[in-house]
Amino acid sequence: MTEIKRGWNRRKTMVVLMAFSMIFLASVAILGHIFREEAMVTDFSRKNLAPCLQYPFGTDFMGRDMLIRTIAGLSMSIRLGLLTAFISAVIACVMGLAAAVLGKFADGLILGLIDLVMGIPHILLLILISFAMGKGFIGVVIGISLTHWTSLARLIRGEVLQLKESQYIRIAEKLGISKGKIAVKHMLPHIAPQLLVGLILMFPHAILHEASITFLGFGLSPEQPAIGVILSESMKYLAMGKWWLALFPGLLLVLTVLLFHYIGETLGRLTDPGHAHR
Amino acid sequence: MEENRTVLSIEHLSIIFTQYDGGFEQTQLRTIKDLSLTVKEGEMVAVVGASGSGKSLLAHAVMGILPYNASMSGEILYMEEELNQKRIEKFRGREIVLVPQSVSYLDPLMKVGSQIRKGKKDEASKRKSHSVLKRYGLKEDTENLYPFQLSGGMTRRILISTAVMEQPKLVIADEPTPGLHLEAAKRVLSHFREIADEGAGVLLITHDLELALEVADRIVVFYAGTNVEEAFVSDFYQEETLRHPYSRALYRAMPDHGFHSVPGTQPFAGQVTSGCPYAARCAYTEDACYRDIPYQEVRGGMVRCIRMDSDNGGLHDMGKGDGK
Amino acid sequence: MKRLGITAAKNLIRMAVLLVLVSGAAFFLVSVSPSDPLKTNVGQAALGSMSQEQIAKLEEYWGVDTPPVKRFFSWASAFIKGDMGTSLLYRQPVSKVIAEKLKSSLWLMAIAWVISGTMGFLLGILAGVNRGKLIDRLISGYALITASTPAFWLALMLLMVFAVWLKVLPIGLSVPIGTEASAVTIGDRILHGILPAVTLSLTGISGIAMHTREKMAEVMGSDYMMFAKARGESKWQAIRHHGLRNIALPAMTLQFASISEIFGGSVLVEQVFSYPGLGQAAITAGLGGDIPLLLGIAVISAAIVFMGNFTANLLYSAVDPRIRIGRDQA
Repeated sequence: MTEIKRGWNRRKTMVVLMAFSMIFLASVAILGHIFREEAMVTDFSRKNLAPCLQYPFGTDFMGRDMLIRTIAGLSMSIRLGLLTAFISAVIACVMGLAAAVLGKFADGLILGLIDLVMGIPHILLLILISFAMGKGFIGVVIGISLTHWTSLARLIRGEVLQLKESQYIRIAEKLGISKGKIAVKHMLPHIAPQLLVGLILMFPHAILHEASITFLGFGLSPEQPAIGVILSESMKYLAMGKWWLALFPGLLLVLTVLLFHYIGETLGRLTDPGHAHR
Repeated sequence: MEENRTVLSIEHLSIIFTQYDGGFEQTQLRTIKDLSLTVKEGEMVAVVGASGSGKSLLAHAVMGILPYNASMSGEILYMEEELNQKRIEKFRGREIVLVPQSVSYLDPLMKVGSQIRKGKKDEASKRKSHSVLKRYGLKEDTENLYPFQLSGGMTRRILISTAVMEQPKLVIADEPTPGLHLEAAKRVLSHFREIADEGAGVLLITHDLELALEVADRIVVFYAGTNVEEAFVSDFYQEETLRHPYSRALYRAMPDHGFHSVPGTQPFAGQVTSGCPYAARCAYTEDACYRDIPYQEVRGGMVRCIRMDSDNGGLHDMGKGDGK
Repeated sequence: MKRLGITAAKNLIRMAVLLVLVSGAAFFLVSVSPSDPLKTNVGQAALGSMSQEQIAKLEEYWGVDTPPVKRFFSWASAFIKGDMGTSLLYRQPVSKVIAEKLKSSLWLMAIAWVISGTMGFLLGILAGVNRGKLIDRLISGYALITASTPAFWLALMLLMVFAVWLKVLPIGLSVPIGTEASAVTIGDRILHGILPAVTLSLTGISGIAMHTREKMAEVMGSDYMMFAKARGESKWQAIRHHGLRNIALPAMTLQFASISEIFGGSVLVEQVFSYPGLGQAAITAGLGGDIPLLLGIAVISAAIVFMGNFTANLLYSAVDPRIRIGRDQA
């Protein structure tokens, strides 16, 4: 007997929370961009203020409003995360497909390349790439784009290999449909959901790595209001008890990354038929 | 000889699963509906139904190991007392044993000898396990193999071995024969017959009617999540003594009786709204078939069919053949 | 056993090839860098204190006149002989700098590796067994939050609470400033290592915990756990007999394969706590244009990561009977 239970359940809660997360992240990204100039405004009449009503996140040693700085930094992080994750996903797609489709030699080559990228600890590889690029924005974008594609490429390769063995793709091949057409018309629709989830789950890593590499001094330049820069500056003032310089920007960064994680995992759970009974 | 006690009695058992139906609505799926049967001491009762019709859940329900999203209603009695979770936890593995259907029920990383002994290492357990292996024609060093090294026939015998390490009073055998060739399947079933002859009640769950007829005492015909008939093996000697049209169809589908098949497929329990689940395929369907139908006793057996009444002891208006 | 040897040999060869390629890639990256090691400030200062012979060697390594491929081979052949060049910043042989820094880093990483591994494993079991219940949500929530927390920020927070506010632990450095190397007690080392080790452990738990949780939940729903219950084993008996056996191997494999992450974390954590380890040396080298040191660290860290992967691969072949015996029979 099949009865439909109406009303509220966990799935609907997940979708609503997901929508809220997206709205929050989008508004941070947009607000931060709008207040970009204000984040740099210095005012020495208000420096080193502890959090108060007017400046909820306090001000720093140059009298800059930490709330605005934090939002501007997060906005930068989110936009950079989007950009690098997107480039990474494109690389992952190309590599994964090429490994699965172009035969044994290409497969071995790409798997070797993946092992190569995974072989050097991420942070160290980022330092190397940033060093090669002469630090700064371009170094970060290229570094993060080049280091985050590996696991998604593996996933795509696995999926495509499995699809290739499936009955209907084999029939399509027998019918003489071109390889390109099979890939686009018959394989892509199967991989797309996983690609999307993989892409979204790449944001958190990209954002964290950008913040880390900037924090270490290899990323965005100190003039930029980036979270890594803010936290790096805060380190000098920590021993003097200026706790707000590190606490709030960090907390918001954690929240941002957490929300991206949440969106990715929720989407993954909703699209995976294996979770039907949960 | 005094009357044999009833070991297992299942009354009006239903099992319902809750799950998401692709989108955002939760649905309830009823897989077993109003199922009743009994097993006595020294008796072997076979539940016969098509593969995938939810028979295994019956075994899991008795053993108290249904998945967490399943709920159960109805009554299960063991030795004429309610078999609640507390009692099944006390008896299972000792008096009530399950012989599962495949190698996946063995721990892939544990040698089969330890699994038969439940990890015990004392001499008595070792001796016992060796004698059990010997009883089923397995060499002593079989105990050092891992499950993935076993052949299909060996797997069945190992699984049966787990059951007879104790003195079970009730054995539930879940599909013990698929994948075996005829001789091996017969041998495996004869092991269960032996266990029944030693005094235990055996509930055999199978899709193979012919094999069941060779070893069982009674047959419960299972269709779309419920039982449509309970008959003695002797009732299957000829079509007329069978009580339900589906049982008769099964009879006619046997190779010896012409291999006739009935068009249509068995519905899921979830698709049957009310009345007789077989109504959609039956040659004698009438309006009353879509209303509730009692499970009643006829000539010592049980049947769920409105055309059957206990007075005349047979299906009226139903001749041999399919009636059309 | 013979199969195991072949598997090991194959893996070793693969590892060696990858290591050569990693060195090549790292060498390429530092070579295309716009900063010329001999002309940066550090380089200039370093040059003054070097012997003519050392400068000549440096020229041969990094000189603009030598073609890159030739440069790579002269660097690589010296590297194999144990000569990793001279660090421009530390004015010591790179091998000596790395050996010294690696020693303090290895302590830190090993402790964090063991603690995060065991804690993650235990929490993962607890969460997987109680899937969907409160304890699972707490553990999963913890794992999700730490996975979203940058290690360096957590380090900052711990530093703030324990060193600045409570003043119970020192601010940084693996030894007190101004202490002679010989006067450093084990106690000092431990005291200065606590916060970095705690930070690394806390952030390292999430990966292994979530992985173990998934595996455990899978095992809990498996036919053999169901059968163990049907045979009268209690939940925890079944977990002890069959659960642990089936999740320990994947967990250990993952832990060996995740050395790269702990290494990355240690770079950040060492920077915050000014812990004089390999990670801090890498940052100093990168910021100061100390190419020989940066290259040396890249190659050594890759070697450590590959060793971890190698162990993980071998572990499976040696322990899992389906692979150990299965291959021999086939």
